[in-house]
Amino acid sequence: MANRIEIQGLGKAYNDRWLFRDLDITIPDNSVLAVQGPNGAGKTTLLAVLCGLIAASSGHVNVVLGGRQLSKAERRMHLGLVSPDLKLYDGLSAVENLEFFCTVRGLPFSLPRARELLEFVGLAKRGRDFLGNFSSGMKQRLKYACALWHRPHILVLDEPTIHLDEKGAELVEQIILEQRGRGMVVLASNEPAEIKFGDQTLVLA
Amino acid sequence: MSLRRLNLGTKPLSWHRKCIAVLQKDLRLEFRTRYAFGALIMFAVTTLVAISFSLAGGMADTDIAAALLWIIFFFSAMTGVSRAFVQEEETGTAIALKMAADPAPVFLGKFLFNAALLISIAVLVVPLYLVMFNLSVAIVGGFLLTVLLGVVGLAAAGTILSAIAAQSAVKGSLLTVLSLPIVLPLLIGATSATRTALSGSNPGSIMTYISMLLFYNGSVIAASLLLFEYVWHE
Repeated sequence: MANRIEIQGLGKAYNDRWLFRDLDITIPDNSVLAVQGPNGAGKTTLLAVLCGLIAASSGHVNVVLGGRQLSKAERRMHLGLVSPDLKLYDGLSAVENLEFFCTVRGLPFSLPRARELLEFVGLAKRGRDFLGNFSSGMKQRLKYACALWHRPHILVLDEPTIHLDEKGAELVEQIILEQRGRGMVVLASNEPAEIKFGDQTLVLA
Repeated sequence: MSLRRLNLGTKPLSWHRKCIAVLQKDLRLEFRTRYAFGALIMFAVTTLVAISFSLAGGMADTDIAAALLWIIFFFSAMTGVSRAFVQEEETGTAIALKMAADPAPVFLGKFLFNAALLISIAVLVVPLYLVMFNLSVAIVGGFLLTVLLGVVGLAAAGTILSAIAAQSAVKGSLLTVLSLPIVLPLLIGATSATRTALSGSNPGSIMTYISMLLFYNGSVIAASLLLFEYVWHE
């Protein structure tokens, strides 16, 4: 059974108002799903349902990895999320944030891995600085470091290049392409430069 | 550059290491801001001083003194403990935590932090309370055990209630309303045990109250561990 994400009859409603409903799509391994739609169409909500952060009102999401359907708890261990709604701790340094999220994930912390990730996202010399002193672009870069720590099979990106400069956008492009080579990417955006990565595009009305 | 294939470690960490990580993170953030500790200690000391002035240095009746101690602990707990999950939701860090951590270590880590916070408040407040109200303790061991079990129970109940309140729009206000019926058995047991420990009358009954506190704490922690996953993930 090939690795894939199956979205079947998925819908989410708030107070009888459906954001989206009856979504059916399969995301195969080594592919990118781009989700687009106007503000309020439910892009971020769809990603949250996919990550198991909120419950669907109808339908379901199946994640099949290694020939096995994963439970919600197992699914989170194979997911990396970068989203404007996801924040890291301003009162901790970049390395302390990485150490905390790595440990609560159940992985032993490794300083070489932290240095490697910080260098990769362009924060090599800022590891000991508190996040409270970071710009929004630097915080976004650190979110990528956190999301990539455990080498997730599925990378979920909401507005992937928000707050990032040109070099940051290039870094995101590299991350998406490398991730496509080893797993799956689901991204939500309305930027043509990001949508172009989609092997499939889902348009929410 | 590309990421190399560094070894992430093959042996997953045990749940208690994850729990300690949550505790360490909260302690680290608290030591850097001292927000919760500062608010709690100011509330407790201000209340003690105000009541002490109204008694004009006289000795309080043990019935009233016992109730006063637990009123101070109750409101201190609701002031400080409510931040456990409300702050995570308000700052947006809850999403990152939900994505990375299993529910049980998060609850236990937060509970341990709240217990440590309330115990440190008790260490400062209890001596002040005894001096300002000119009280002597007839059953010292029973009194100390009552304070310890009482604040641990408040921390346990406050932690799960904070998680429930954090999911609502009104948050802090909801916590105080929710907490009263849940914490009432604990307050009754703790106040009765404190009264007995202070007065020394009917000393055999203190063990009944302490057993009641032990049972309450065990029940709240067990129920919280069962419920927390549902509260945490919507």
